Amino acid sequence: MGMIKQSRVGPKFSFATSVVTAALMLTILMLSASQRANALPAFARKYGLRCSACHESWPMLNYFGQKFKDNGYQLMNDRDAPIWQNPGYWPVTFRITPIWHRVSTGKVDIDTYSGGVLSGSAIQRVTSSGFDLSGLDFHTGGTLEKNFSFYVLPSSDPTASFHFETVMARLDNLFGSSWLNVKLGKFELDNLLSEKRILTLTANGGIYQLYHFIPAGDGNIFGQMGDNQLGVEVLGHSYDDRTRYSAALLSSNDGQVELSYGNAYTGFVTFSQAFDTGKAGVQRIGAYAMVGEAPTTWLTTGGALFTGANGTGPAAIGNKSFSREGFVGQFYFGQHADLTVVTQHGQDSAWFGQGYGDLIDGIVTNNNTTGTVLPAGSQAPTWNGVLFEPHYVYSPQLIFIGRYETIRMSQQADGPGSAVPSASNLGNISTYTIGYRYNPFMTSRAGFAWHNEYNWLHSDGTGPNGANINTSELLLGFDFDF
Amino acid sequence: MRRTLRKWSPFIAAAAVFALAPALSAQLTQYDLEPRSGMESHIGNITGHAKDAKADYRRFCVGCHGELGDGNGENFPWLDPKPRDFQLGIFKCRSTPTGTLPTDEDLSNTLARGLDRSNMPQWSNLTKQQRADLVAWVKHFSPRWVSEKPGTPIQIPAEPEVTPERIKAGRDVFAKVQCWKCHGVEGKADGPSAATLTDDQGRPILAFNFTEGARPKCGSTDQDLYKIFMTGLDGTPMPSFADNIKPDEAWDLVFYLKALEPQKSKEKAIAKQLGLKPVDPNAPPPSGQ
Repeated sequence: MGMIKQSRVGPKFSFATSVVTAALMLTILMLSASQRANALPAFARKYGLRCSACHESWPMLNYFGQKFKDNGYQLMNDRDAPIWQNPGYWPVTFRITPIWHRVSTGKVDIDTYSGGVLSGSAIQRVTSSGFDLSGLDFHTGGTLEKNFSFYVLPSSDPTASFHFETVMARLDNLFGSSWLNVKLGKFELDNLLSEKRILTLTANGGIYQLYHFIPAGDGNIFGQMGDNQLGVEVLGHSYDDRTRYSAALLSSNDGQVELSYGNAYTGFVTFSQAFDTGKAGVQRIGAYAMVGEAPTTWLTTGGALFTGANGTGPAAIGNKSFSREGFVGQFYFGQHADLTVVTQHGQDSAWFGQGYGDLIDGIVTNNNTTGTVLPAGSQAPTWNGVLFEPHYVYSPQLIFIGRYETIRMSQQADGPGSAVPSASNLGNISTYTIGYRYNPFMTSRAGFAWHNEYNWLHSDGTGPNGANINTSELLLGFDFDF
Repeated sequence: MRRTLRKWSPFIAAAAVFALAPALSAQLTQYDLEPRSGMESHIGNITGHAKDAKADYRRFCVGCHGELGDGNGENFPWLDPKPRDFQLGIFKCRSTPTGTLPTDEDLSNTLARGLDRSNMPQWSNLTKQQRADLVAWVKHFSPRWVSEKPGTPIQIPAEPEVTPERIKAGRDVFAKVQCWKCHGVEGKADGPSAATLTDDQGRPILAFNFTEGARPKCGSTDQDLYKIFMTGLDGTPMPSFADNIKPDEAWDLVFYLKALEPQKSKEKAIAKQLGLKPVDPNAPPPSGQ
C-alpha cells in the first residue's frame, strides 16, 4: 500500500509496482502455461496421441494426420478395430466457440426517416458488435472394424438448428491395398487445403472464397467445393502417403438430401505428390478438377414450384455444365513456417450466368422453361483466383495465420453484346485474414484455443448502384472441444 | 503526459505480459542444458541432430515416451504394451547382436515401420531428415550411447531356395530350440510358458502368434525373421539363438514359420503337400541332435 500514493487524478503507481505486477503476472502465466501442449479428442483419446501429432494446429492436419485420415482413421498398428478399445470408449467429440465479434459492412442501403415517416434511403456503413456463439458440432468417427470406418457429424447453426454435415462409411484397404478405398455418403471433398479444418472463424475469413465463389447474378450454387457433398468416392495413397488420389461422383445438389434437384451429377478428382526435401520438410504439389452439370429448369405444379413428393425434394431438369480446376501446393520451410497455395480457373454455363440454376435458395428467380432463350450477348462467365495461406508455427501451442485470396473475373455473363454489358471487374473479390491461435495446454483428452482474428473483404461493384463493398470483422473467442 | 503514463503503467505492463504470454509459454526442459543434446545420428548420408528434433519429439512422441524419454508420458497408465524407456538404451529391433546397441538405421527403420500391436504408429511420412534427428534425440536420453558403440550388424547369408527338406528341418529346429514352449506347437502363442512371460521390467508380455496373420514387430520380410532369431528381442524373453543354431538352420526355421502363417505362400503350399504335423514336445530329439 505504501507504494500507492493518492493524487488528484486517481491512484498513482510507482515504477516498482509496475515491475512487480508484471513479474507476478508473468510468473502466473508461465506456470499456468507450462502444461503440455493437444484435436478430435475422440481420436486422441483412442490412440493416446496429442492433438499436435495429427494437427499442425488444431483443427488443421499435418502430414501425419493426413495419413491417419487417408488410412480411414487408422494408425494401421493392428489395434484400430474397436474390439481393442475399452468397451466404455465412445468416440464422440463436441466443439463450440463462444466469441465476441465486431462486423462492419460498408455501402448498405438503409431507409431514412423524417418526422417518423419514411423519407428515402441512404448508403451507409453498418457496424454491429457483441458476444455471440458459433454453431455446435458433434463429431463421431472412427472404425467399426478393422478397415471399416465411419464419420457422422450432426452440426447446428448458432440457434441450435441441426443438420447432417457429414455422414459417411468407408471401406478401407480393399484387396489389401492402400490404393483402393471407397467412401459413400455425405463428405468433404478431398481438398488438400481443407475448409472443414480451417484455422479461421469469421464469416468471410472462416471459409475459402475460392471454394464458394459465385459470380455476381450467377445461379450456380452447385460448384461449391467447400460444401460437403453427397456421393461416392474412390481414393488411395501410397504406403507413406506421398502419392494420393481421389475420384468422386457426386449428386449436383450441394449436399442437400431428399434427392433434391433431380438427376444431375458432378465429378471431382484430385491428385497430389509429396517430396522429401530434407531439412525443409515434406513439399506437396497437386491438382484438382470439378466438372459437372446442374439443373436450370424447375418443375412446377399448378403454376407453383413442385416441392417434392414421396420423400423427394424439388425436381429439376435442363442440366447445364460448370467446371472448376486448379493447382495446390503445400510448402514447408523448416519446422516453423509453411505456405499453402491454391489456384482456380472456373467456368459456368451462360445459363447460370444469367441467373438460372438454384431457384430453391432464392439466390435467383429465373426458370428455364420451354422456349426460354438467353438474352443477346450472354456468355459463359469465367474467372481466375488464387489463395495464399502462410502459417508460422511458433510451437504446437501457438500458430500465427495469414491468408490472401483474390478472384478476378475474366469474362462476364453479360458480354459486350449485351444491352447492359457488365463492368469487367464486377464481382471481383480480394480478402485478407490474419490471426493467431494459442492452445494453453495440450493433452490427449481435450482441446482449447484462444482465438483472435481479423478479416477484411473487398468486393467490386456488388453494392447499391454498383458500388464497391468493404466488409470487416474482428473476432475473439474460446474455441474448445472435448 | 508522464503522469498519465505512470498512472497506466501497471495496466500497460499487464497488457504487455498478456500479449507476450503465448511466446513465453514454450517451456524449456532440463534437457536443453543436457550435454548429450549434441548427440548425432548417421543414416546413409544424412546426419541427424538431436537439438533439431526437440519440436518434433514434443509434437509426436512426448505423450507416450514422456519429456524425459522414460516412457512415462501422460498416456503411460492406459497403454499396453507400455512405451519404451529410452533411458535404458535397450531396444527390441536390431540388426546387432544381443546386448549391444542398435545402429542408427535400426532405430530409423523402427520409426518408419512402427510397432504393430502397440500404440507406436508408422512414422513413414516424416522426412528422412526428421527421422534421423529423432533418432539422435532418442539416443540422447541414455548414457549408453556415450560409453558404448553400436554393435556390428550380423551377416545375413543369401536366402536359400525353399525345399520340402528345409521346411521339415525348420520344424526340427522349432522343436530343438523349444520355440513351442512360448509360441505353442502350432505357433498360436499358447505354449506352456506363454502365460508366465514378462519383459525385463516384470510386465506381462505376449508371445507372437504366427497363425493370425499379424506382422512381426521388427519386420515381416524373411530377412527380418532371420534377424529376430539371431539377435533376439532385447528386453523381452525372446533370446538370441546365434550361439545355438547355424545360419542354415535359421533359414530352415524361417521357412517353417512362414508355413504356419495364414497367408498363401510357397512354404505353406509345400507344408500342406507334405502333410506336415506340428511338433510333438514329448518326442525324442531327431537323430544326430
